[in-house]
Amino acid sequence: MNPVLELEDLHVHYGSIHALKGVSLKVFAGEIVSLIGANGAGKTTTLRALSGIVPCRGRISMNSKEIQTLPSHQRVRLGLAQSPEGRGVFPLMTVEENLDMGAFIYSDKEQINQDRDFCFTLFPRLKERRSQLAGTLSGGEQQMVAISRALMARPQVLLLDEPSLGLAPLIVAQIFEIVKHLNELKKMSILLVEQNARMALKFSHRAYVMETGKITLSGNAADLLSDDSIRRSYLGH
Amino acid sequence: MMKSAPLISFVILALMGLMLDQFLNPYLQRTMALVLVNIILAMSLNLVNGYTGQFSLGHAGFMAIGAYTSAYLSTHWVAPAAIVPHLLFFIFYSLVSGCFAAIAGWLVGQPSLRLKGDYLAIVTLGFGEIIRVIILNSSALGGARGYFGIPGPSPISFGGLALNAFYSFYLVAILWVLTCFFVIYRTISSTHGRAFMSIREDEIAADSLGIHTTRVKVKSFVLSSFFAGVAGSLFSHCMNFIAPSTFSMLMSINVVIMVVLGGMGSMTGPILAAVIISVLPEALRPLQELTGQDYRMVIYSLILIVLMLVRPQGLLGHKEIWNFWRKTRVE
Ligand SMILES: Nc1ncnc2c1ncn2[C@@H]1O[C@H](COP(=O)(O)OP(=O)(O)OP(=O)(O)O)[C@@H](O)[C@H]1O
Ligand SMILES: [Mg+2]
Repeated sequence: MNPVLELEDLHVHYGSIHALKGVSLKVFAGEIVSLIGANGAGKTTTLRALSGIVPCRGRISMNSKEIQTLPSHQRVRLGLAQSPEGRGVFPLMTVEENLDMGAFIYSDKEQINQDRDFCFTLFPRLKERRSQLAGTLSGGEQQMVAISRALMARPQVLLLDEPSLGLAPLIVAQIFEIVKHLNELKKMSILLVEQNARMALKFSHRAYVMETGKITLSGNAADLLSDDSIRRSYLGH
Repeated sequence: MMKSAPLISFVILALMGLMLDQFLNPYLQRTMALVLVNIILAMSLNLVNGYTGQFSLGHAGFMAIGAYTSAYLSTHWVAPAAIVPHLLFFIFYSLVSGCFAAIAGWLVGQPSLRLKGDYLAIVTLGFGEIIRVIILNSSALGGARGYFGIPGPSPISFGGLALNAFYSFYLVAILWVLTCFFVIYRTISSTHGRAFMSIREDEIAADSLGIHTTRVKVKSFVLSSFFAGVAGSLFSHCMNFIAPSTFSMLMSINVVIMVVLGGMGSMTGPILAAVIISVLPEALRPLQELTGQDYRMVIYSLILIVLMLVRPQGLLGHKEIWNFWRKTRVE
């Protein structure tokens, strides 16, 4: 079986900083794959390279088609959508307008309405707040907007950058449930970047561990969860 | 908005103009004409600086291109009035002027808008100066002396009512004010128009949602330059004389002030500010006669400072004049 998304030997430089030093990873259809690692390891950079926000060297393929040379705005059309770190919602647009921006590349009103309703069933809170400016939402609510906006693009592979950042434990659990739900119901493949390694491993099929720009370990999430060195470095005991 | 709104507003404004034409003295009429020119300038710059979130400082440059194009055309190329209705010429001059400015806008915008960040301010600032210096050194355009004898539309009569030349100019001007207003309004309120605002709010996010951000920015910039060129054309026919010194950086900054004062990202705010800023120095003139000294600019600046302190988000912020008092959105 071919992976839906594959990175091969990806390098990213920020000026003199060599942030990614040959990262390779695969996401297969219907998988939740998490990417964990310490601060500054290069997780966000990996997702940015995937979305075309930073230039990179190496190969990125989506369904065996190479996309590394495509500009950012074309990659979303191939089924790659990202909920960025720090959320990046449009603060002066309402919740609903934010979601509609997610469907920018589509013009089929019917389906867009359905997708929006689907997001509202995932996050009923957003429905209550649909005409509130996104900039005035709480952090957790903004996270919901960012995820929903990415969903509106009907991704085949959803990229989530720290969806649990700064959220209360109860909401974190909710968000992970939703990720799992999307994966099972919509057969969506998900690449999840997380600081909360325990949660991430619990909910994913496979995982990659990253250290200073390189993948140092990979395997089944369940195996990694019981791996001693992982427990010491990332799970806090 | 109703389909017929542009037509209805044109008729209403045209009728209002009849009164202005009959009851205002020539001095106030000229002020009024400048108000219309400034409204177009403010609205068009607001598309770039307000809605698209880029910072252009070169509006005077595009205006100059329009003004000189129109001046040259109207003094060198006049079609026989018997064949083409007189007012149509002036509409045609401003159309061509707008197109020239738009081409310049494309040439400047294409390379500089590709970059993210504040490069545009520097590039447009430089562009404005370059245009000014080119005109300054071009003898065909009058150089530093300026361009004299630019005709304005001649008076028309209307069912036995003899009107002043002001009214002819006024008709052409409001036609463009309304065109500018409705084109920009329709552009930004369509689903695709929200792309402009998404760039202002988070360019990277906009990009990753499939918006070709460079293209949208260039589109906004070209449209804005077009209307700046039109405003320049109207300006030249209203003043009958233009000189390079008119289109200095100060002029660009003045338009930026209108946009910031009115509220970036409001349609009506910059219009209001354009009116205030064009009228304020004139309104303060009696004061000068009273004191015998020109304190106008001091007072004008003080008023601006106070306004910005009281309303840092601009007079209307992100709202429109018709929903200013309504609290629909949480801000
Ligand atoms: N725009 C940038 N310019 C220069 N260096 C950068 C830039 N963005 C990231 N870096 C550097 O690249 C490295 C990887 O950063 P990245 O944001 O990918 O880390 P991360 O794994 O997402 O960390 P975190 O868990 O803290 O979010 C860091 O050393 C960071 O300082
Ligand atoms: Mg990160």
